[in-house]
Amino acid sequence: MAQVKDYLRPGKLPHIWCPGCGDGTVVGAMIRSIDKLKLDRDLVTVITGIGCSSRVNNIMDFHSFQTTHGRAVAFATGYKVAKPDMKVIVVTGDGDGAGIGGNHLIHAARRNIDLKVILINNQIFGMTGGQFSPLTPNGAIASTAQYENTEYPFDVCKLMEAAGATYVARGTVYHLALTEKLITRSLEHKGFSYVEIITQCPTGYGKRNKMADPYQLLMWQKENSVPVEQAGKYSAEELKDKFIIGELLVRNDRTEFVEANARLIDKSRAKAKGGSGK
Amino acid sequence: MIKENRVRFMQGNEAVVEAGIIAGVRFFAGYPITPASEIAELMSIRMPQVGGSYLQMEDELASMAAIVGASMGGLKSMTATSGPGFSLMQENIGFASMVEIPCVIVNVMRVGPASGMPTHPAQGDVMQARWGTHGDHPVVVLCPANVKEAFDLTIEAVNISELVRVPVILLSDATVGHIRERVELPDPASIALINRKMTTLPPEQYKPFAAGEDCVPEFADRSNGYRYHMCSNMHNEWGFPADSGHEIADKLIRRLDKKVDLFQDRVTFYNTYETEDAEFMIVAYGSVARSAKDAVKLLRKENIRAGLLQLQTIWPFPTAVVKQFCVGAKTVIVPEMNMGQLISEVRLAAGCEAVGVNRADGMAISPQEIIEKVKAVK
Repeated sequence: MAQVKDYLRPGKLPHIWCPGCGDGTVVGAMIRSIDKLKLDRDLVTVITGIGCSSRVNNIMDFHSFQTTHGRAVAFATGYKVAKPDMKVIVVTGDGDGAGIGGNHLIHAARRNIDLKVILINNQIFGMTGGQFSPLTPNGAIASTAQYENTEYPFDVCKLMEAAGATYVARGTVYHLALTEKLITRSLEHKGFSYVEIITQCPTGYGKRNKMADPYQLLMWQKENSVPVEQAGKYSAEELKDKFIIGELLVRNDRTEFVEANARLIDKSRAKAKGGSGK
Repeated sequence: MIKENRVRFMQGNEAVVEAGIIAGVRFFAGYPITPASEIAELMSIRMPQVGGSYLQMEDELASMAAIVGASMGGLKSMTATSGPGFSLMQENIGFASMVEIPCVIVNVMRVGPASGMPTHPAQGDVMQARWGTHGDHPVVVLCPANVKEAFDLTIEAVNISELVRVPVILLSDATVGHIRERVELPDPASIALINRKMTTLPPEQYKPFAAGEDCVPEFADRSNGYRYHMCSNMHNEWGFPADSGHEIADKLIRRLDKKVDLFQDRVTFYNTYETEDAEFMIVAYGSVARSAKDAVKLLRKENIRAGLLQLQTIWPFPTAVVKQFCVGAKTVIVPEMNMGQLISEVRLAAGCEAVGVNRADGMAISPQEIIEKVKAVK
């Protein structure tokens, strides 16, 4: 088994993340999953948007490009159609993916295009200095919610399920073995995959919310997570503000978009030749 | 399948589709909008027939992103829209400029601002086409006046985008887009196609943003070990962010600027009519040039020495061409279906008095309006 460093671009360390950040842990998990599946690194592309999460592909030695804020999924959609054999991984954050890019995420899920979206959820806009994001808990403090966050976060996994994603899962940096397994499973799945990974931002979120030590944020992840297998044991009240973790949805009843597109091409050509096209 | 009949009765929007296919476009992503929707509709039929893909995206932000993504994957790509959609595309047009990804954006102009008048022509996006996305950036903008020009300039747009690695905007309008005319199409075999320059360097030596004398970097297909990075931040030759690298930023921004300058002659297209002894030079572009030509004909009948310079390339602004043809003119008349967007550039280049004929109410400018203006300044 290769080591994580074997998949890192030479000369690209140190990375730009703060001490205690979870993004590096996610990179490690992604690389171990790719290594486990023995994916040809010439057939893997990592596409990002803007924010701390967008910097993962600076250091990972795969095909890569970093796009505009929130649009990575839309760029990846065109790219995947052009390069159907490529395993296309989109890494995004809670601001990038659930905020400004939310619409693209919904529609990519609806199309069931074979993109592997990994949303690193640190509950805050980290790179811009700790403003509240669409996934910041209600009542939390942020640089633009100095009294308290009066808004509510939403469950992106449920949204993805409703939109038509065919693989939905949630892990945390604390539950690393599980997270790694979920990434591996999503890479094996054919169709739109969404894996949310709860992570910690001690600088942008922890400091303002009495959890300056990354350890406290990891404990917060532990205490607020409920494995999906056990969720049935709890009442709705008990599950309020908790994260359900694990594999939340796997379905194989929808044709993947690139495959459907290839069939459409065949159909149109048959029709042009004078056939029924059916 | 389309018959091999080269004389066709065709709509402007249809000409864009057929020319795009001949030029090699194999990926189209769009979002419905009047008066550009026919392009999407026809692309949805024609793309799969030629092995290409039609994607209907959730909005124009995504359409623009998708065509750039597909072009990064090696496909010649196009989108089509009108004013409100063009506004949404600006963000990722900037990306295409910065990351030097070939692509073609067709804007069939309608009256603005905001939702304006969806079915009526205008030329209100002239400045937006040049400066709509933030920051200094290269772009080429072509402007057809009829169906044949829509065809020819679409081919040029695809070719230029590949040659110079810039987004090229085809600035059509509701008149050109919707008019049907008899056109004689060229033999596809006679049309020279340009593909982006591919690297010959081995992967370990390849730098995605290193450029030679022509300032255009070489492209590498993402396969066989070419695992490079590209980013929309200010970047070094390897494509990695150089957020505080002022020297790197200076070098990049100057190269992007110079790149289009170097190709200015190659990307400049225009037509002239009765310019030789013209005392009154009409400088027009897009469908307005049709009225301007009629105006010249009628003025000549009255022995008024009028001429027409029709600009098919409006950005980079063809200063030398305008100067050359306006040098002997007493007055330059610039009819535009806007409140006067290109006239300042024309005035600077012409070096003489320039007056506008302007309307932005969705009505075409008639030859009579131009004639009246010429007579008024005479």
